[in-house]
Amino acid sequence: MRGADAVIQAVERQGVDFIFGHPGGAAMPIFDALVDSEHIRFVLTRHEQGATHMADGYARATGKPGVVLVTSGPGATNTVTGLLTAQMDSVPMVVLTGQTISPMLGKDAFQEADVFGISMPVVKHSYLVKAVDDIPRVMHEAFHIATTGRKGPVLVDLPKDVTSAECGADFPERVYLPGYSVRSKADPDRLQEAAGFLRRSRRPLLYLGGGAIAAGAHEAAKAFAEKTRMPVTNTLLGKGAFPEQHELSVGMLGMHGTAYANKAVVGCDLIMSVGGRWDDRITGKLDEFCPDAVKIHVDIDPAEYGKVVMPDVFLQGDALEVLEELINMVGPLDTADWLGQIDEWKVKYPLKYGKKGGLKMQAVFDRLYHLTAGRAVVSTDVGQHQMWAAQFYRTAHHRQWLSSGGAGTMGYGFPAAVGAQFGRPDETVVAIVGDGGFQMTMCELATAAVHDLPVKVLIMDNAYLGMVRQWQNLFFDNRLSGVDLEGNPDFVKLAASYGIEAWHLRRTADIDKILTRMLKHDSGPAVVHCHCEKEDNVFPMIPAGAAVHEMLIEPPRRKLAKPTGST
Amino acid sequence: MERQQEPAGSGPENGRSTEVADAAYRRGVGLGGEVRKTTIGLLVNDRPGVLMRISQVFSRRGYNIESLVVSPAHVIPATSRMTITCSGPADVLHQIILQLDKLVDVIHAHDHTDDAAVTRELALFKVACTIAQRGEVLQITEVFRGKTVDISDETITVEVTGTTEKMDALEKMLARFDLREMVRTGKVVMARGTDVT
Repeated sequence: MRGADAVIQAVERQGVDFIFGHPGGAAMPIFDALVDSEHIRFVLTRHEQGATHMADGYARATGKPGVVLVTSGPGATNTVTGLLTAQMDSVPMVVLTGQTISPMLGKDAFQEADVFGISMPVVKHSYLVKAVDDIPRVMHEAFHIATTGRKGPVLVDLPKDVTSAECGADFPERVYLPGYSVRSKADPDRLQEAAGFLRRSRRPLLYLGGGAIAAGAHEAAKAFAEKTRMPVTNTLLGKGAFPEQHELSVGMLGMHGTAYANKAVVGCDLIMSVGGRWDDRITGKLDEFCPDAVKIHVDIDPAEYGKVVMPDVFLQGDALEVLEELINMVGPLDTADWLGQIDEWKVKYPLKYGKKGGLKMQAVFDRLYHLTAGRAVVSTDVGQHQMWAAQFYRTAHHRQWLSSGGAGTMGYGFPAAVGAQFGRPDETVVAIVGDGGFQMTMCELATAAVHDLPVKVLIMDNAYLGMVRQWQNLFFDNRLSGVDLEGNPDFVKLAASYGIEAWHLRRTADIDKILTRMLKHDSGPAVVHCHCEKEDNVFPMIPAGAAVHEMLIEPPRRKLAKPTGST
Repeated sequence: MERQQEPAGSGPENGRSTEVADAAYRRGVGLGGEVRKTTIGLLVNDRPGVLMRISQVFSRRGYNIESLVVSPAHVIPATSRMTITCSGPADVLHQIILQLDKLVDVIHAHDHTDDAAVTRELALFKVACTIAQRGEVLQITEVFRGKTVDISDETITVEVTGTTEKMDALEKMLARFDLREMVRTGKVVMARGTDVT
């Protein structure tokens, strides 16, 4: 067995069916070994960034680790954005990079890049393999680290002479990583403390983040909320952790969350985060974030303890195991008045959009939700369409929502949908993308077409980088700068040139007709070019750095100060 | 889904993370943004890249490592000891220690600032002095229990071991002469009694 064969065998041992990537000189031994693999399908992408987002989408949609294989130098550096995206959202991924032969390391060899060094801040862990007999152990460790604890991307840099050499070592039975341990059971005393706070609470709020999905805690969360009669909010990444249609759900919270979720955040006397990380999109101005509410924080990562918000109780453990313990310690809470108040807010401040004017993205997503019975796997790009999709495509299912939350990576949505469709071939997968982000990775139309993937792509074209334009409009006296997407192509013609079915959608009246055509088309990709109203803004909105209670439910009539928050 | 690493063979430090987090939390909480100096003792895997991962925890937050000592660890094969000193707001330092402990190649990271650990550093001072001044330089060296390790017509080099404060005091004394060079190893730390460094 050559080193390269050990690499491929390690991937097979994980039950992973796909490797996404792009070849090159330094990766040739591994590509050669791929020829002999009976289980793994290699998906050739048109750009390495696309490969990382496909692996990411595959991982988020299936729960299995995504695997990427690229060559050295530029091939490897093109994975950095995808690594950051996966790192920020704790997505299990293993990125295999070819590298120049080890005697040439550091000598500026052709296509040499210090990828081990370049990638270090955006990986959970990484390896540069110098001896072929290390490959089985390193690969075993790489998958172990990527898929346990707080999941994340692991990079393995593989010099060509190492993968070409004969490997005499076997795969280890277990890992020996003295600096890496994952404690999944929370401290019993802390659990008691948390249960005590919960029992005393009259206005509790359960806040579910991406960690609740990573841990498979969706059913436990539902059982917990139903038993305690506790309202539930979810983050952008927590979409799917709890049915947003449920009477106890207040939907998404945060910068563009529902007004009633954010009112619940302001009004609660206890907020319990399960797998969330008190992101600045959630908390707004930290000093004024729930100052009087008891905060319980459940997280598998001990370093989340007090990172942003100092909780009253930190439960370090697996979200599922913690909820399964806590449910036996807390009975139904006296939340009738609180739920009544929330219902009033739901009636008074519903999510809404104007019915006049041009084609509204909100209307398209609202109808998509109904036409797919809320069951589609949906990926989004980043920007206005992402927020409207989060608001109007209500989710109910674990792993049905794929979106770059932490990194906010434009160009993520379409390749992520392609990866998800590979992982879940029989389900409806829809990429909702903006005209800006789509053009960053649209070369993957070829990948989708070649594999006859029935992935659907909704391109929301408002000829602007809409979210930036919204900020310039609201906070910078509408001095538009660098946001005009003049020169957008006709995306229908573009799709046609790849042999992909595509339709224009220009009028609100045609939404159902065109979306139905798109959803029915399953012999290959389907693209819809939506010509949307140009200057609509997303509300509700908490300006960056403002407190949650300063949320703008509707377009403001006064001039707003420039935001002070991070971005 | 695998939830817990196999207990056997997962190393002597298994399950420490929460204890470390609690200890760091107890120290960090209440101090808020108050600037303090900290001494961190680390046990790390002896692998390429470890130092870079550790230094990135500081650099991405814009903090500077003031002194750093690395040497092979006794008993545990393929591991090294590191002692790092750094100044910053207490809450940032608390976060830095948690993030250091989280690194796969860091077996543990302990904050030794407030515990009664033994800390030492070694310094070499090269003083240029006239023959008439020599006596005084040697006298000062003796008061600080230093050793003369080199002497020439124009210079004396002395070696001193002790706490950082002692080094600072000696530096101040010798600065009255023509102190040409000073090289200090940086602080090393060891916990007292049966406590783990």
